[in-house]
Amino acid sequence: MNVSIFIPCFIDQLYPSVAFNMVKVLEKVGCKVHYNANQTCCGQPAFNAGFWEESKAVCAKFLKDFEGSDYIVAPSASCAGFVRNYYNKLFTKGEAASVQSRIYEFSEFMVKVLKVEDVGARFFAKATYHDSCAGLREIGIKSEPRQLLSKVEGLQLIEMNDVETCCGFGGTFAVKFEPISIAMADQKITNASATDAHYIISTDMSCLMHLDGCIKNKKSGLKVLHLADVLANF
Amino acid sequence: MTDTAATFIAKSTIKAPDLTHRRTINFNIGRYNAAVPGGKQQFDQLMLARERAKNRKWLAIESLDKSLERFEQHITARGAKVIWAETGEQALKEIEAICKAKGCKTLVKSKSMVTEEIHLNKYLESIGIESVETDLGEYIQQLDEEPPYHIVTPAMHKNKEEIARLFADKFGTLPTLTPEQLTLFARQQLREKYTKAEIGVTGANFIISDIGGVAITENEGNARLSCAWPKTHIVIVGIEKVIPSINDLALFWPLLSTFGTGQKVTTYNTIIAGPRQADETDGPEEMYVILLDNGRTNLLANAKTREALYCIRCGACLNACPVYKNIGGHTYGTTYSGPIGSVITPHLKGMNEYKHLSYASSLCGNCTEVCPVRINLHELLLENRHEAVDEGDSTKAESFSWKLWKIASLNRRMMNLGNGKLKNAFINRVFKSWTQHRADLRFSDKTFNQMWKEKRLNHRGTKGTA
Repeated sequence: MNVSIFIPCFIDQLYPSVAFNMVKVLEKVGCKVHYNANQTCCGQPAFNAGFWEESKAVCAKFLKDFEGSDYIVAPSASCAGFVRNYYNKLFTKGEAASVQSRIYEFSEFMVKVLKVEDVGARFFAKATYHDSCAGLREIGIKSEPRQLLSKVEGLQLIEMNDVETCCGFGGTFAVKFEPISIAMADQKITNASATDAHYIISTDMSCLMHLDGCIKNKKSGLKVLHLADVLANF
Repeated sequence: MTDTAATFIAKSTIKAPDLTHRRTINFNIGRYNAAVPGGKQQFDQLMLARERAKNRKWLAIESLDKSLERFEQHITARGAKVIWAETGEQALKEIEAICKAKGCKTLVKSKSMVTEEIHLNKYLESIGIESVETDLGEYIQQLDEEPPYHIVTPAMHKNKEEIARLFADKFGTLPTLTPEQLTLFARQQLREKYTKAEIGVTGANFIISDIGGVAITENEGNARLSCAWPKTHIVIVGIEKVIPSINDLALFWPLLSTFGTGQKVTTYNTIIAGPRQADETDGPEEMYVILLDNGRTNLLANAKTREALYCIRCGACLNACPVYKNIGGHTYGTTYSGPIGSVITPHLKGMNEYKHLSYASSLCGNCTEVCPVRINLHELLLENRHEAVDEGDSTKAESFSWKLWKIASLNRRMMNLGNGKLKNAFINRVFKSWTQHRADLRFSDKTFNQMWKEKRLNHRGTKGTA
């Protein structure tokens, strides 16, 4: 199966290993992975800030970069959800329809399209799974990442309290309203720590980037891992 | 940044890390969260009920002029007087005129967010009229000289010990009184006020268009006493509260109570369709209904945000909002707090001054998920942000940054410029509010894009798109 990957801007810049791990997993399950090296960003940052005109220019580039008929897979529910649910606010009906129908979040693609749950990964650790808001409410995944994780040998997954509550990232919100964002992260980290897990796993590196920053500042021993980082352990 | 925004940030900086506040709110909202699933059991098809409710509100709001005129026509036929008030000041003047005509010295009122919106108590006090809140939570807030903390549960932020101390300070009661004893004490005080008051003021949960009535929902019976005992009843209600038909209450009453408090149906539900009629034994001699606009038609005129007028003020979005739970109701500095407040306040009171509320959200979408009438709250926050930018309300620095962002995002080569060290030094220095309570960001030495090209493309001897 031909898969065109979209690597979100912050993963491109900060966490390339997450992208490589997703590629590794996709290739293991038989996908032919394509990467259009012209790609940049889905346009969400400016859109969420209210700068729709600037956003639209970048979204238009995204549509062009992902022309064709391949599935588009991204290691981010936030970006995939944005393209799927918000491009219609910028483009007239139909302009974005093809891309919107082909774009998937990584775990959603694995379970719903490829019908794969067991990738043969092994990871001996205790972990808790953080539902990203975009995963839950924009893409509508709850069981998919858990199904994948349940098949990882050695992984003990423990659910935390208030698992569906936002971690407090929210893009520029994390900077503009720093005290609120930090307070939200504080509760997320407290709930995660209470499970005795060593790792917080999620589909979204944006949540994890924010949580990791707070975890390190608090000097808590928790570590964050993208779902692809766990599944690529084979 | 406006003063209002600066105050919001200052207050949230204090409230967000306040662990005592966090415990109290989480405890009280936790009780609510535990009750709501029970209430939902009464719906066979909850989503259908919610969509139907949204559809009925859509109908009422899309034909708001006709809906309200039908209401007016029917209720005036039974002797009530309808007053259309465009602003809060107009509403206050009308109430003052009625109070003067009736020689009112004491007025009892039930809980009503609209009276908070126009600051009725303060105004009445300034013209020498005693206004007594009769909802227990509001009564507590009035004693403590605080506005309501939550649109449904006004004293949610106070625990029972604090309330006992407040009563002890104000009335000299024992500071060890239990909630039951405190309630009985408040009831004794209030009963006296009901018998004395010349006028009763209530809000309304619904304006019923087809029969010309208002519906009031409450748990304490105080609203019923407030409108039944005094000789004059004044209803003050926002124009958006209209529903097309009395038959819609079968849908809206259970939705309001389930999403508001987790009850199947609220304890007291009253329909009032005019003052006491000739063949009736009780009820007020006169009834006035003040239909208040006060900025609501701004929302109506704006097709994108109009659906915010569907709100039935159940408070579910407040209870679901992690921002509300961390900063509390008072930090907003507005009558309506939480997600719905952040959506409507910029339209009611000015985009430039209140746009910060639309940005003070992580856009988690939980508000939209819980709204009984399916208002797309988090999307409306995005619409507000867009409107603020379109109006030119953003700073030059911000506009400039997004222009730069656009240039960089349209140019892959620019995104590969520099190395990790350079980016670390720059970003971690510029975004101080990122690093204040978070470790520094660590950029990769090379982007994925560069690494992919090196590893995959060059290896295969191809260039450009793989």
